[in-house]
Amino acid sequence: MKKHDDRILMHHGNGGVYMQKLISELFIHFFDNEIIRSHSDSAILNLETNNIAYTTDSFVIDPLFFPGGNIGSLAVCGTLNDLAVSGARPAYLSAGFIIEEGFKITELTRIVRSMANEAKKAGVRIVTGDTKVVNAGKCDKLFINTSGIGILDEKFISVSSGGNVKSGDKILINGPPGEHGMAILQARKLFAFRTNIKSDCANLYPLVKRILKTSSHVHFMRDATRGGVATVINEIAQKCNTGIEIDEALLPVNLEVDALCELLGFDSLYIANEGKVVVVVDGNDAELVLAAMRQTKTGRNAAIIGEITGDHPGKAVLKTRSGGKRIIDQLLGDQLPRIC
Amino acid sequence: MNPEGLRYIDEYRNSALVVHLSHQIRRISTKPVNLMEVCGGHTYAIYKNGLKDFLPDTIRLLSGPGCPVCVSSQKFVDHAIELGKLNGVILTTYGDLIRVPGSISSLEKEKAGGADIRMVYSVLDALEIAKQNRNKQVVFLGIGFETTAPASAAAILQAAKEKVRNFFLLSAHKVMPPALEALAKGDTRIDGFIAPGHVSAITGYGIYQKLSKDYHRGVVISGFEPVDILQSVLMLVKQIEAGHYKVENEYTRVVKADGNPKALAVMNKVFTQSDTEWRGLGIVPKSGLAVSSEFESYDANLKFDVPVHDSHPPKGCICGDILTGRKSPSDCKLFFSQCTPVNPIGACMVSSEGACSVFYRFKA
Repeated sequence: MKKHDDRILMHHGNGGVYMQKLISELFIHFFDNEIIRSHSDSAILNLETNNIAYTTDSFVIDPLFFPGGNIGSLAVCGTLNDLAVSGARPAYLSAGFIIEEGFKITELTRIVRSMANEAKKAGVRIVTGDTKVVNAGKCDKLFINTSGIGILDEKFISVSSGGNVKSGDKILINGPPGEHGMAILQARKLFAFRTNIKSDCANLYPLVKRILKTSSHVHFMRDATRGGVATVINEIAQKCNTGIEIDEALLPVNLEVDALCELLGFDSLYIANEGKVVVVVDGNDAELVLAAMRQTKTGRNAAIIGEITGDHPGKAVLKTRSGGKRIIDQLLGDQLPRIC
Repeated sequence: MNPEGLRYIDEYRNSALVVHLSHQIRRISTKPVNLMEVCGGHTYAIYKNGLKDFLPDTIRLLSGPGCPVCVSSQKFVDHAIELGKLNGVILTTYGDLIRVPGSISSLEKEKAGGADIRMVYSVLDALEIAKQNRNKQVVFLGIGFETTAPASAAAILQAAKEKVRNFFLLSAHKVMPPALEALAKGDTRIDGFIAPGHVSAITGYGIYQKLSKDYHRGVVISGFEPVDILQSVLMLVKQIEAGHYKVENEYTRVVKADGNPKALAVMNKVFTQSDTEWRGLGIVPKSGLAVSSEFESYDANLKFDVPVHDSHPPKGCICGDILTGRKSPSDCKLFFSQCTPVNPIGACMVSSEGACSVFYRFKA
């Protein structure tokens, strides 16, 4: 099973001996905890709360391995982050695998080990899962679905809806936008440029926990994944029917990301992230929250980037570095490199 | 992280300089002028940076025909779609073109229907695909001006050198001077041109002399940052107010008087000038670049015999008038209501540098 060139075959998904061996020697071996070890059809969870947060996400990234992470770390962090930004403490995950026939077992092992490590670091247990193998060509190497359950404290119940967002609130972000998307673009080797850009893929729960501990007036949080920061900003404006002003000069910057964006004609506000959270907090608490964010590993480059206004409800406006103003629109289709 | 920021970019976005230039323009501008930003990149930069806020009412900016995707004719898209239907053909294209509507379909829809259509970032990637798929015929859809044409030419020279026989170019490449002359002769008053920086980096200044000497229009070659564009507007306003028309270069950090002679030589070796159709301008004599007879074995136009019919623009679409400065996107009845980036009817709504797309995104 551990030989370098061993590959997933159709019989690894047929319910028989090979599948049982794969599950016990790989998945249960790495994810090990008493719930998954019980081999029951459902994970039985004991939750002493009335409020749980529950989310699911599928991961189909190409390539599977990239600077800063792999599909496994992404699948764990992505779902953890969806729970965390809802104000919940992540507790349990499920993991479903759709594997293409012929996929290298060494690669699958690396990925599963990353998932186990991320979960362990976060204090979260992967308690149930599923494995399917499909014929060669019927999926792109490996797809992973994870679902997560988090424990939600009553006092954070409105964080995910943004019901308390009001004029005068400040908008914060924990670092420069665009690192994940540009790292993936690089990893696809479509360009001859070489950079040091790494995906920002990270578990945001420690940061979020710190934010929620610092202020009881956190009015909204959302992780800015596909569609980037611009998409989250638009969501807030529309969901809360409020105006937003972002100051471009205040946005944290990763110079390599910005340089690559300039070359290709991309806007980093629309590039995907996997470790960025946009936070809306009462104006009086903004500096406190900023200081707290900066003390965490994923919040070192945090900044206050704008505020909620009573003007132009439903619209987000960017004050550009050169002093002009423009709308931050929703992403339409994929960003494409400029021609000339 | 470098606290200095991106060199050669950040200093051209300096807000104090922008305000200073704005004051200067307001101080000297007395009469109403129409300035055309020829390049779609300029249109995009103007709206993305909110530069209209810095100009007085006397200055009207018109979007020009310098958007490769926008000016490529519907017939060219139809031609490409027909090529994509052929067995054993891989179509390769720059990104934006894939969404441009043809008469009844688009490359995007054909791709979803099973045609092998691949987006590439460089024509050399298309050549690479040809080398890796020797049993297929790989066609690159060549669009763009003096900026992209030398790259297409270089790919053909490289293919010839490496004896790659399954690589073909469907050329809709165009050159700027005849189109600018057609605009100067046209019925829209254009007092000055904000000339395309990247085209000029290849061609040098010479191509604009006729516009200033024979047609008495101001010409300033401009970079793409806010300070570049406002500086160029200031230079044009000065020319027009003084009634002294000439060709000036604001983009000195990139554009040299004689351009890029190597790129021009490669382009002239592989292409010959031909009459070609521009959306909005119709057939403009000697404004196209066709593959020359020496390299005709790489010409997709000659290699593949597919039916291509004349086509008419969609009913109500005024892309042609927009590309020639006669009208603005907000004059179009389809704009915003039926024609949106999600459901583009005209090409100007497709390209990120198309005037309609820019107006839509930044709500100009």
